[in-house]
Amino acid sequence: MEYSLSSLIDAAEGIGLAEAARQNEMKYNEISQAEIDEKMREALDVMRQSAQRGFDPKMHSMSGMTGGQAYKLQQAVQAGITAGGGFLGRASARALAIAECNAAMGKIVAAPTAGACGILPAALLTAQEEYGLSDETLIDGLIVAGAVGEVIAARASISGAQGGCQAECGSAAAMAAAALVYIRGGSAKQCADACAFALMNVMGLVCDPVHGLVEVPCVYRNASGVAGALVAADLALAGIPSPLPPDEVIDAMKAVGEQLPPSLRETGEGGCASCPSCKRA
Amino acid sequence: MNLFDIIGPVMIGPSSSHTAGAARIGRVARQLLGEKPVKALVSFHGSFEKTYQGHGTDRAVAGGLMDMSVDDERLRRSLKLAGEEGLHITFQPVHLRDAHPNTVVIDVTGESGRRIVVQAASIGGGRIRVQSIDGIEVGFSGDKTTLVIRHTDAPGAIATVTQLLSNARINIATMRVFRREAGGQAIMAIALDAMPDDKLLDSLKHLPNVTDVTLLKQI
Ligand code: SF4
Repeated sequence: MEYSLSSLIDAAEGIGLAEAARQNEMKYNEISQAEIDEKMREALDVMRQSAQRGFDPKMHSMSGMTGGQAYKLQQAVQAGITAGGGFLGRASARALAIAECNAAMGKIVAAPTAGACGILPAALLTAQEEYGLSDETLIDGLIVAGAVGEVIAARASISGAQGGCQAECGSAAAMAAAALVYIRGGSAKQCADACAFALMNVMGLVCDPVHGLVEVPCVYRNASGVAGALVAADLALAGIPSPLPPDEVIDAMKAVGEQLPPSLRETGEGGCASCPSCKRA
Repeated sequence: MNLFDIIGPVMIGPSSSHTAGAARIGRVARQLLGEKPVKALVSFHGSFEKTYQGHGTDRAVAGGLMDMSVDDERLRRSLKLAGEEGLHITFQPVHLRDAHPNTVVIDVTGESGRRIVVQAASIGGGRIRVQSIDGIEVGFSGDKTTLVIRHTDAPGAIATVTQLLSNARINIATMRVFRREAGGQAIMAIALDAMPDDKLLDSLKHLPNVTDVTLLKQI
């Protein structure tokens, strides 16, 4: 099977991207439609639970480095004292909550990885709240995101150790951007454009977990990742075409990942992890 | 690759390699032991050694040894639960030569006194590779239902096993054989397309040259 966004766009002709992605899964992976929908529904349930748990102000990780921050952001958004307004605030608080839930050994859905698990559910659940969408629509969004993620994983990488954080939080943002465009009624081409915008906007983002733990900067990157997904989706929904072919952007991301030195690929040596104050701790 | 590799797995955080993979390794050790464990010495190498507390790798391995799956909410409390269930676990650092950075060695003893030593690595995305069993170098993933058969290296030992599988119409997906030395202890790791029943497992156990048969369920 050829993994490309351009072939996905072709396949979506007349049936839409979610249906095209479903048919691809059934054809190449011998999974039934019922199995796909059931597993996605289960994933959606776990996503919802993890978002709820993550807002517990008393929750914290094993190391104590993270936890309880999503609650603070949620309170600030509700109090109207943030700069980004309602939708952005609620989406980033949710992404932070899910990522903090992950750091505290809570149950999450890797999407595409555990480190970046907050971005896609935050985008979908907040859109549901804002636009009154059904769970079925959200499941279509998950399937679109999954199809985009498969293309990125096949052409480039979704692992921080291989491709840096652009491959984890970047890919999650690209998947979320495509899903948002889909559920807001955009075309398959606009979904691909949103994916391209999301990736080009974080091209080169390094993987630099402090003390080697999936906490700092990871949980905060989930919050900014969903913000990036929203911007990328809006650009595409406005009809702004990606200036670069989306598949080429994915390939460029892969090449950048290969050029990153090991110190910036999950070893906890460079970037944020190299700040003198965390070395002392 | 399929959709569920991207939207999934459902797991206990924070890390697919350091938590989910570690839990799977613990569970493989449990299945290879085949009984309730009472004592375990768990040695962490490399990145596992540096970050095991922060990633809950210790809890994950302990949970796996108690047969918990990667999405079992009890993983977080597994160390406490181990104490309650009479499983005594000790963790220690180890430096292995030429080992994958996420490697763990589990030396576990069961209630009957049966003991096994398993070395395995978590190789990314929650996937694992079993590297040795009781000092015999092996190399299999456990992604599929896998028969692990210990036998004495002898002519025909492998043929009798594959014959029984073939009689039961069970297709072999992949098969590898490992041995310590010619004529010595050896291990077959056979990934299967279908699940063998108890009767078949029993006949495998009674084959000449076969000393032990374990079925690793897909985990
Ligand atoms: S910094 Fe590294 S470990 Fe943290 S989310 Fe990004 S890719 Fe994952």
